[in-house]
Amino acid sequence: MLSRIAESLFWIGRYVERADDTARLLDAFLRRVLEDPWTDEDAECRSLLAILGVPAPRDVVQNTGEIMRKVAFDDKTASAIAGAVAAARENARGAREAISSEMWECLNVTWRTMPERRRAAARLGPNTYLDYVRERTAMFSGLAESTLSHDDGWQFLVLGRSLERADMTARLLSVQLLTADQPVTWVTVLSACGGYEAFLHTHGGMVDRSRAVQFLALDRSFPRSVLHSLTTAEQCLASLNPQLARNQGADPARRVVGQARTALEYADVIELVRDLSVHLVPVQEACASASQAVSRRYFTYATPLAWAQELV
Amino acid sequence: MADIFDDYVLAQAWDEMFEMPGVPRPAYEVLFAALQPLESDDLNFRAEQLSRMFTDRGVTFAMGGEERPFPLDLVPRVIMASEWDAVTRGVAQRVRTLEAFLADVYGPGRVFADGVVPRSLITSSIHMHRAVHGFNPPNGVRVHVAGIDLVRDEAGAFRVLEDNVRVPSGVSYVIENRRAMTQSIPAVFGEHRVHPVHEYPARLLTALRAAAPAGVSEPTVAVLTPGIYNAAYFEHALLARLMGVELLEGRDLVCRNNKLRMRTTDGERPVHVLYRRVDDDFLDPLHFRSDSQMGCPGLINAARAGNVTIANAVGNGVADDKLLYTYVPDLVRYYLNEAPVLDNVETYRLEDPEILHDVLGRLHELVIKPVDGSGGKGIVIGPQASEETLVEIHGVVASNPRGWIAQRPVALSTAPTLIGDRLVPRHIDLRPFAVNDGEDVWVLPGGLTRVALPEGALVVNSSQGGGSKDTWVLADEAQRVPAQRATDLAALPSRVSDAPFSGARDAGPTVQMAQQ
Repeated sequence: MLSRIAESLFWIGRYVERADDTARLLDAFLRRVLEDPWTDEDAECRSLLAILGVPAPRDVVQNTGEIMRKVAFDDKTASAIAGAVAAARENARGAREAISSEMWECLNVTWRTMPERRRAAARLGPNTYLDYVRERTAMFSGLAESTLSHDDGWQFLVLGRSLERADMTARLLSVQLLTADQPVTWVTVLSACGGYEAFLHTHGGMVDRSRAVQFLALDRSFPRSVLHSLTTAEQCLASLNPQLARNQGADPARRVVGQARTALEYADVIELVRDLSVHLVPVQEACASASQAVSRRYFTYATPLAWAQELV
Repeated sequence: MADIFDDYVLAQAWDEMFEMPGVPRPAYEVLFAALQPLESDDLNFRAEQLSRMFTDRGVTFAMGGEERPFPLDLVPRVIMASEWDAVTRGVAQRVRTLEAFLADVYGPGRVFADGVVPRSLITSSIHMHRAVHGFNPPNGVRVHVAGIDLVRDEAGAFRVLEDNVRVPSGVSYVIENRRAMTQSIPAVFGEHRVHPVHEYPARLLTALRAAAPAGVSEPTVAVLTPGIYNAAYFEHALLARLMGVELLEGRDLVCRNNKLRMRTTDGERPVHVLYRRVDDDFLDPLHFRSDSQMGCPGLINAARAGNVTIANAVGNGVADDKLLYTYVPDLVRYYLNEAPVLDNVETYRLEDPEILHDVLGRLHELVIKPVDGSGGKGIVIGPQASEETLVEIHGVVASNPRGWIAQRPVALSTAPTLIGDRLVPRHIDLRPFAVNDGEDVWVLPGGLTRVALPEGALVVNSSQGGGSKDTWVLADEAQRVPAQRATDLAALPSRVSDAPFSGARDAGPTVQMAQQ
C-alpha cells in the first residue's frame, strides 16, 4: 500500500486511541475528585497532567475546569482529546479512498460535533463530553474491525493503536502517585484503563497495589495491559514483514518492541511493583523509538528527490 | 390551502417545469403531481436532511480554506428520453471533433493548411504545449473525460456554452446527489423511471485501462490529486475509491529511467495510467512550472517514452480555449462531415477590428468572457454590470482582444428551486460528462445541473455561490429490459427447508419461561 496512506492509518490508530484513553483517564480522575471528600484537587490534577506529559506551572493552582480546557477541549494540540480527534480526522481525510466510508464518516461527524458537545459539557458537566468521545472511538474501532480488510492497512492501524495504548498504560503506572498506598487510588487507576471490572473478574474485590500493577502491566488477557499491547504491536510488525520470520531482530521496530516486551514479561514481579518507573519508563522509550523505526522503514515518501543527476 | 407552487412566478426565460403558470411540461407531470401535496414544512425538513447528509459524508468543496457542502436542491431536473438522445449525440459529436482537432494540432496540422482555423489561434494559446507535439497517445485518445457545458436558450433549445476537455470536475456530485435524493424523497423517485448514474466509475476505469501503454496487459491505474486542500478533493477521493485504485499525491511519485513509480510500504511499484486531476502547468516541474510540488519531475518524459499514459492528455487546453469554441461547428463539418447537433451560443471574435469596435460600443448588452477562464472567473455580464466594471472591462478588452470573447446574453432556463420556504425560479445549466475509451464515446445519462442561487444570477459555478440539482434522465419505456422473473429465483436453495425447524434462524439457548 502507499506509504503515505500507511502513515495516515498508523496515526489514525494512535490519535483515536489517545482520545479514548484520555477520556477514560479524565473520567476516572474527575470522579475521584468529586466523590472523595479528602482529595487534594490541585495534587490530583497535577498527577493527571504528569501522566499525560502536560506541563503544570508550580505557582498556578490546578483545578478540574483548567484540566478540561487543557487536555480535553483544546483542539490545537494533538495531546488533548479535541486535538487528537481533529488530527485523526485530518489524516482520514487524506486517506478517504483507502478507509471505508463509514470509518471516514464516523470521524468526520465526531469532529464536527465536538464543539456542540463542549457546549453541552459546560451545562451538564464533563461527563457528557467524555462519554461521547468514548462512544465514538468505540464506534470507530468497531467499524474499522468490521468494514476494513484486515490487510496491511489494518496492521498499521492496529500497530498505531497498540503502541499508543502501551505507552499510555505505562505512563499511568510510572507516574509517582502521592496516595499510592491507598486501595482507592488503584481503583481509579484501574478505571482509567477501563479495567476495573475486568480486574474484579480476575482477582476478586481485593484491590491492592501489587495486584493492580500486575494486572495492568502483565495480564495476558486484558487488552489494555502493557504486555498485551506490546504483544499485539509485535504481531502487527511480524505480519507486515513476513520475510523476516527467521530473524525477527532484523527489523529495528520489531527489535525494540520485542525487547521491551520480554524485559517486562520476565521481570521480577516484586521489583516491578516496588519500582514502577524503572520498568515502565523504558517501555515508553521503546514505543517512541518503535514509532520512529516504523516511519523510517515504511513511510519514506518524503525523502528528497534525486532526479537532477538522472537527466542527461 | 395554499400549495407550494402557488407563488411561483415564471421568469423571462424558458422554464424547465412549467409551460405556463400551473401547467407542467410532459416530463414534469409526475413530479409535479408528487410534489404538489407536500407542505413547505415537509420540504424544508427534507432539505435540511439533505444538507446534513452532505456535511456528515463530507461531500464538500473547499473555498477559501473552508470545507462547504455543495448545496443540493430538493427539486430534481427532469429530462425526457427523446431530448436526452439529442444531447448524447451532440456531446459525443463534440468530443469526437475535439479529439480529431487535437490529433491534428499536435500532428500534421491539416486544419491550418486548409484554412479552417488560423494557425495564430494556436500559437497564441497559452495551453499549447510543444512538449507533447508529435506524440501519439497509445489508443489515440486525448480526451478521456469531457464535460460539455450546455444551456437551454429562451426557445428551449440546448446550446453549448463551453467545452471542458482538460480536467472537468463535478461528476462526484452527480453520483452523490443521486444517492442523497433516493434517500430523502424515495417515494417521488420511485414514481419515475430514471437512468442510473452509478455506472460512471466502471466506464472511466475501462477507458483508463484501454489507454494503457502498449504491451501492458494488467495496467496499474491511479488518480493524481493536488491534495486535501484542493477544491475538488472530495471528487478525487470518491473516484479513486469507486474505481478501486490508489489516490496519489505528487510526493507519492517518483520517476526513474523514464518510468513512473509510486512509493509503497513494499518499495516502489509501477504506475501505468495516471488519471490526473492536476493542471498541465503543475504536472512536471522539468517542463512546466518549476516550483510545482504537485506533480512529478520526469513525468512528461516518461509519457513521451510510452511508459505511462497521462489522462486527460497534456495540451488539451487548446481545444477548450473559448476562441477555438467559435470554430467548433466548422470543425464538426470539417472532420466528421456532419451537421452539428448542438449549436453554439452566438459569439463574437474580437480580433477583427470592426467586430471589436462594434462590441466595445455595446458592452452593456453582451457577456464578456476571458478565453482561458474557468469556474466563472472574470466573466462580465453586461446588462447586470456596474458602470465602473464596464469602463474597466472596456480597457482590458481593447488592449488584449485575443484574450476575450463576447457573447449574446442567454437567459438560461429556470427551474423551481427551494429558497427559504418557497419554490422560486432560478437559472440553471447542464454539464453532461462523456468518457472516451477509444472505441466509443459514452455519455453519462444525467450530468450535473448547476443552479445560480441568487435571484436573477446567471453564473452557476460553485465558487460563485452556485448549487446543484439531481438530473433525472427518464428511461425510454421501449428500451426496458424485462426484469428477472420470479420463477428464475425459485432455483435458489431455500433457507427454510435447510433450517432445523421451520422458519427459524440459528439461535442461542433460550431463557426458559416459568411453566405455570
